[in-house]
Amino acid sequence: MWDWIKIAVWGIVALLAALAANFARDLAYQVHAILVMLIAGGMFVWTVRHTDEPKGAAETGYMDGVIRYGVVATAFWGIAGFLVGVIIAFQLAFPALNLEILHGFGNFGRLRPLHTSAVIFAFGGNALIATSFYIVQRTSAARLWGGNLAWFVFWGYQVFIVLAATGYLLGATQSKEYAEPEWYVDLWLTVVWVAYLLVFLGTIIKRKEPHIYVANWFFLSFIITVAMLHVVNNLTIPVSIFGSKSVIVWAGVQDAMTQWWYGHNAVGFFLTAGFLGMMYYFVPKQAGKPVFSYKLSIIHFWALIFLYIWAGPHHLHYTALPDWASTLGMVFSVILWMPSWGGMINGLMTLSGAWDKIRTDPIIRMMVISLGFYGMSTFEGPMMSIRAVNSLSHYTDWTIGHVHSGALGWNGMITFAALYFLTPKLWNKTGLYSLKLVNWHFWLATIGIILYAASMWVTGIMEGLMWREVDANGFLVNSFADTVAAKFPMYIVRGMGGVLYLTGALIMCYNLWMTAFGNRVPTAVATPAE
Amino acid sequence: MAKQPEKKKDVGTTGHQWDGIEELNNPLPRWWVWIFYATIVWGIWYTIAYPAWPMLQSATSGYLGYSTRAEVAADIAAVEQANAGLMDELAVADLATVPSNTALHSFAVNGGAAIFRANCSQCHGSGAAGGKGYPNLLDDDWLWGGSVEEIAYTVANGIRNEQSPDARWTEMPAFGDILSKEEIGQVVAHVRAISGQDADAALATAGETLFLDNCASCHGDAGEGSRDMGAPRLNDAIWLYGGDEAALTESVTMARFGVMPAWSDEHRSAGGLSAAEVAAVSLYVHQLGGGE
Repeated sequence: MWDWIKIAVWGIVALLAALAANFARDLAYQVHAILVMLIAGGMFVWTVRHTDEPKGAAETGYMDGVIRYGVVATAFWGIAGFLVGVIIAFQLAFPALNLEILHGFGNFGRLRPLHTSAVIFAFGGNALIATSFYIVQRTSAARLWGGNLAWFVFWGYQVFIVLAATGYLLGATQSKEYAEPEWYVDLWLTVVWVAYLLVFLGTIIKRKEPHIYVANWFFLSFIITVAMLHVVNNLTIPVSIFGSKSVIVWAGVQDAMTQWWYGHNAVGFFLTAGFLGMMYYFVPKQAGKPVFSYKLSIIHFWALIFLYIWAGPHHLHYTALPDWASTLGMVFSVILWMPSWGGMINGLMTLSGAWDKIRTDPIIRMMVISLGFYGMSTFEGPMMSIRAVNSLSHYTDWTIGHVHSGALGWNGMITFAALYFLTPKLWNKTGLYSLKLVNWHFWLATIGIILYAASMWVTGIMEGLMWREVDANGFLVNSFADTVAAKFPMYIVRGMGGVLYLTGALIMCYNLWMTAFGNRVPTAVATPAE
Repeated sequence: MAKQPEKKKDVGTTGHQWDGIEELNNPLPRWWVWIFYATIVWGIWYTIAYPAWPMLQSATSGYLGYSTRAEVAADIAAVEQANAGLMDELAVADLATVPSNTALHSFAVNGGAAIFRANCSQCHGSGAAGGKGYPNLLDDDWLWGGSVEEIAYTVANGIRNEQSPDARWTEMPAFGDILSKEEIGQVVAHVRAISGQDADAALATAGETLFLDNCASCHGDAGEGSRDMGAPRLNDAIWLYGGDEAALTESVTMARFGVMPAWSDEHRSAGGLSAAEVAAVSLYVHQLGGGE
């Protein structure tokens, strides 16, 4: 019976998608409709061929297949996102790289949202889904709730990524930073996200442990808040049901405020709370030590999620936003400093008594540097939210440097550590293929981040100072083009940092591949860092 | 694994275990708590001192009476007040005599440079060297005149725009509709010859008559150009759109229609340059090297 319903649904979806492709009013919509038609058609055939097959006995152990796919997807999208990042870094340094043949789909303006979405949502999102599925099962001692719903979450999320990415290249965008996908892609993500919430919550509800582990608090707050942010910021009215363009229901400064309420909390709940969830499991597991302080975890969790949600207006200092809102955004951001650092303290102090592992275990070293960058960027953030500092830093490359010290340092490094932790366990290996390669990855990534962050600090502050420089009579000293020209050397350094980071990630992929699928006996012995 | 400091773990754990992970009962670090309290106290004070809390009608304005807009307005007013005397003088000055008034001239050139960087550099380049279609302002090859008054007139009214009724305005016909392809080739050869470039002698000779009949009325018999018509000089090595065969053929066939906006605030509804600012930027351009 269930199979027949599935066949009917896939068939109807394929048919509707074919109709939509026929009536499509723009290229992006048409390509997406054809894509959906092909996927639904393929699933239709597949379901028909497998109908009434005898089902195996229901599995009872942990559901790890979907997590294995998640690990592969994380690594794949990571490489894609880093690669596009390197390309656009060099397009900024050498505008001629916006090659004639790339115009209309591969120029900087199209590739930039591709890069940000690929690293945040494709790389980071897959990492969060995979690790949260792994962690919630282990810490609840329960199999994922909802049977194949977890697979729906995984594949549904990949479809979202592909629709979003191809949409950007074809010019379908809401022009809202980090919320670029158009209305039908947003609707699809909402469905997938609700399924994700159900799987996660269902697993927690049927847990066999009496208490919910701290990592799961963070994951749950991340899933719920992102759902709320996504829905409110993407309230749009499509111009046509057969076109990709839509009009946002908010207008003017209210739209800007909603956008940055969303944008800042995408950082707060996606990139901070979610990844703290990862940190709270993998750091104590890898170190083999208890979490430093339960009290700290509970206080900093509630303080973090209460305060973060108000901090968005600091993205709109000195704009049409009223001063009162800007003040509140700044004040909440500064008070957020210690609650953010609570996570860093709990992570670093968990290692106390195991500090020697920084020397011997490159995965622990990645975790430590990740927490270091987390602490640095959560100090830098409140500082930059102060109006006087922001008047210098806003619109400059300093912001880009700040974001990347958080993204490359904190999110990237903790994800790499998690992937190194998960791969041998998920593929039943005794250890990683090569710890030496992990060590190479560590140093390449670290030097890459330092080149990136340092060059952006230099060029950002220089640019801010040049913009505001006036002579004794109050006349501007520099033209805009002067400031662009002055940044050129730092743009090269930034691009080189990106190349190093990408190289490290490629080495990781090779290492993980050989761990999972290679035939060589994995080494289980730690090598000391040189 | 030689010596590692043994930490005292007398705090104990919470008694729970998840997949082997335990949690210690450590208290909150004191420094963490005190900084957290300090930021909260600071936050409360700050929201009393500055505009912060939304009420029914408006937000609290803070006892310091701070406003970002007022702060910027005060900064601008201070500069405007400091410069008021010189700006007033500049607005009514006889531009030709300003260079002899050292104080006023250096003020005007500094201010003009800033105006140029903000408004003119996008087309003419931040060094004023121009680019294809945008005249170089450093040399003495002027399309409409290089005296400071003529420059000021061009800045204020612009060229071939709909904003100012007094915009400088002439239009070259597209000779693609008038001459055959062959004839255009001859004219181009002639223009290349008079500008000292390699050209087919036979074609160039054939082009001379065509040039005199069709082009000389504006560009002059010898291609010396005309400022009254804004017609570029053709017998030198300076080209606005390029002097090679392809560029010249395109110029003759399609004609060119270079536009410059009017900058005077008389002609710009969204605000433009005041009389003093037009004077300042004109004096700046005039002293770049080619001023007459």
